Amino acid sequence: MVLKRTNPALYYLQRTGFYLLVIVITLYLLVPFLWAVLTSFRKSGDLFLPPAQFVGAASTFGNYIDVFANPNFQKGLLFSLIVAVGSVVISLIFGSFAAYALGRFKFRGKSAVLYIILAVSVFPQIAVLGGLYTLISNLNLYNSPIGLILSYLIFTIPFTVWVLTSFVRDIPGELEEAALVDGASPLQTLFQVLFPVMMPALVTTGLLAFINAWNEYLFALTFTSTNRTVPVVIANYSGATQFDQPWGQIMAASIVVTVPLIILVLVFQRNIVSGLTAGAVKG
Amino acid sequence: MTTNATPEIAAPVRRRGIEAARARQAVLLLLPTLIAIALVAGYPLYRTIFFSMFEANLTNPDQRTFLGLGNFWFTTSDGVELGFLQDPKWWGAVKNTMLFTVVSVFLETVFGMIIALVVNSAFKGRAFLRTAMLVPWAIPTVVSAQMWAYMYNDSFGLIGRGLLGGQALLANTDSAIWALIAVDVWKTTSFMALLILAGLQSLPTDMYEAADMDGATKWTQFWRMTLPLLRPALLVALVFRSLDALRVFDIMSVMLGNVNAASTSMTGYARQALIDNQLLGMGSAVSIAVFVIIMVIVVVYVTAFRVKFD
Repeated sequence: MVLKRTNPALYYLQRTGFYLLVIVITLYLLVPFLWAVLTSFRKSGDLFLPPAQFVGAASTFGNYIDVFANPNFQKGLLFSLIVAVGSVVISLIFGSFAAYALGRFKFRGKSAVLYIILAVSVFPQIAVLGGLYTLISNLNLYNSPIGLILSYLIFTIPFTVWVLTSFVRDIPGELEEAALVDGASPLQTLFQVLFPVMMPALVTTGLLAFINAWNEYLFALTFTSTNRTVPVVIANYSGATQFDQPWGQIMAASIVVTVPLIILVLVFQRNIVSGLTAGAVKG
Repeated sequence: MTTNATPEIAAPVRRRGIEAARARQAVLLLLPTLIAIALVAGYPLYRTIFFSMFEANLTNPDQRTFLGLGNFWFTTSDGVELGFLQDPKWWGAVKNTMLFTVVSVFLETVFGMIIALVVNSAFKGRAFLRTAMLVPWAIPTVVSAQMWAYMYNDSFGLIGRGLLGGQALLANTDSAIWALIAVDVWKTTSFMALLILAGLQSLPTDMYEAADMDGATKWTQFWRMTLPLLRPALLVALVFRSLDALRVFDIMSVMLGNVNAASTSMTGYARQALIDNQLLGMGSAVSIAVFVIIMVIVVVYVTAFRVKFD
């Protein structure tokens, strides 16, 4: 503000530079996504057009109609939903029990349990791929959504336990002590006293775990053959011939699986940032 | 006297009883999680370690021959090298994964820092940029890989045809790795920026006012105050990002195909041996090597920088 009076030229130069940087950052973050949105509304014949004409070409919903008519994609959406919801629900139930124990109880071996959970959350998935494959085929769960739900617990459970534990620690103890004095059992205390307070945390954690499960690729590619989830369907989306990549449809399918996530993320913006930082950073 | 003595002894006993009961309840509450972790992480990890010492086929794991460390290093009497540590392709995958990790995590940190500093300052449109930041982060990795594969395409792509005039960037592994780094940087810079921004917002503002009074330039303030104070948050973010980058597979698999993913990603190499070639023993041995490499890097990192997790 002082600079504005003493040296207006320099001040406006700085402001211009700053806004240029803002514009460059915005373009960098959004252009690849907007280009995909644009492509999803273009006919396949128009993809060859130079950028300026491509932007102005006629729009079509054809790609979306084709994508939703594709049985693999329909099945993919259904399986992705089943697998992501299944693994998130199980993780939230198990995770809130564990978080309650880790955040509120004193017992021997507590830090060992915390370290094991942290270690599992940084496990490279490949380290268990072979073992899980034999386990899943022994249980006859190959190509079954149940097998995928089971395998996804390896990353959803440690994540939910870790984030929920840090939330439980921050809840004031008086609430729970009152319930204990009244003779409530730990499960009653958890469900009737802590759950209502933890609701925002459960929503955030559940949402982040859902995103991870919805996006997972390696296990889905390895443990299924025909019952594929959407990331695998999109990765292997093929056209009429092997050499003809239907880019318009691939982009339409990509937008369809991404837009719900973007809406969820924007709606829960504030919670997500706090959830991510609770999970990763303690400054 | 005797009536007074009883409660003094009983009280600690009762408290110990309550504590023991609480500990039992805690174990019961933890049980589902511990069983699940043992089933999906502990047991499979044990099986992977076990099979790494055998020659076995994925479709029939019960028929196996003990090899010891033969999957890792073995030369037959005719001089044929069978161990994966003797395979130049494995070392190519290691080299590419390390290059990918170092360059992409470095660029993500620098870009993430710039974006976080911009968003942390006051200007018109700040709320919009803050929201725009979340978009690449919310996009599934497979989707962002396909989006970029399309932009890199030599006959349609904005980059491949537009900027490079029809050069097939992904056709050659050496140039492809840089193209893949660009995808990863785009996708995860926002995550870094979010974490750094959270750190920036927890810094005390009065300190900066004092520095302004003393005439310290913004540049000095950044290097002398902001960066040292952000260090703990930055280091934890760096560990998590490095771990993610070291186990990268999705981007390679989608953009280069599973065959070329095997020469660019450690996970891709392991998965090819394990699943595509059905070599359960060899694949498990490679998986263990990937696991050990990543764990060693984490331990070195955490001890060298004294990273503190809560």
